[in-house]
Amino acid sequence: MSQVITTVVDAQGLSCPMPIVKAAQAVRGLQSGQLMEVLATDPGSVKDFAAWSRSTGNELVEQHADSGVFHFVIRRA
Amino acid sequence: MTTAVLEPPITTPVAPTEVPSTSPLPAPGTGAATKVRELIIVNWSGEYDRIMPTLIMASAAAASGVSCKVFVTFWGLLPFVRDGKRITGENWMQRMLSFMQRPGIDHVKLSKMNFLGMGPWMIRSLSRKYHVATPRELLEAAQAMGVEFIPCQMTMDMFGLKREDMIDGLGEPAGAATVIELMTNAEASLFI
Repeated sequence: MSQVITTVVDAQGLSCPMPIVKAAQAVRGLQSGQLMEVLATDPGSVKDFAAWSRSTGNELVEQHADSGVFHFVIRRA
Repeated sequence: MTTAVLEPPITTPVAPTEVPSTSPLPAPGTGAATKVRELIIVNWSGEYDRIMPTLIMASAAAASGVSCKVFVTFWGLLPFVRDGKRITGENWMQRMLSFMQRPGIDHVKLSKMNFLGMGPWMIRSLSRKYHVATPRELLEAAQAMGVEFIPCQMTMDMFGLKREDMIDGLGEPAGAATVIELMTNAEASLFI
């Protein structure tokens, strides 16, 4: 599995539901197995992305927080 | 002489709920959903603070792969009048209704503390400050993701609203029986 991030979605400064809305729109542009990274500052997005990945079947590969910015790496199913 | 062939061990995790074992269960978060899930929202209210949860949940549902249909009825129909239409209706009562309840997604009032318009102004100011999407942005996002907004035929008739008064992209007008069928078949339904 490639570890190259194909797309970066900048959802910083946006609040619910826009981070997952933007992620859903961006994931359509990926092929199965490709990775994208979403950047968000909304603290609610942590639980939202976990729920979103369960709902959509896309895998939340990795997440971390970096001085107030949350990074979510998602693999398209 | 026969050689026993062992079945490979089942590696897919089993979900807590009882599931018929005829098909393999996809592991949570790493496989595609096997059934289309649907959310039906009956949007009866037309105020800002009530249309926000409708549009937010519709967008979030669509973003989460949950098919969403929103039945817009009564006051909920007025925000879906297209831009530029200030007075709608044919008789004086319908016209007065649109005069007093300004149609259009940019003109939704608050359900409380409207303060003759100061309330919505303050909420919009807060929305900008805290980067909350506007109703218009949420509506565009929802429609772009395939949320179907279905207008109520009966309300359109009563308020004197015609198809050309409404925004583009709405579904075919429908009635209560359609809504009942949608709601009883869907996984979740809401009345806002």
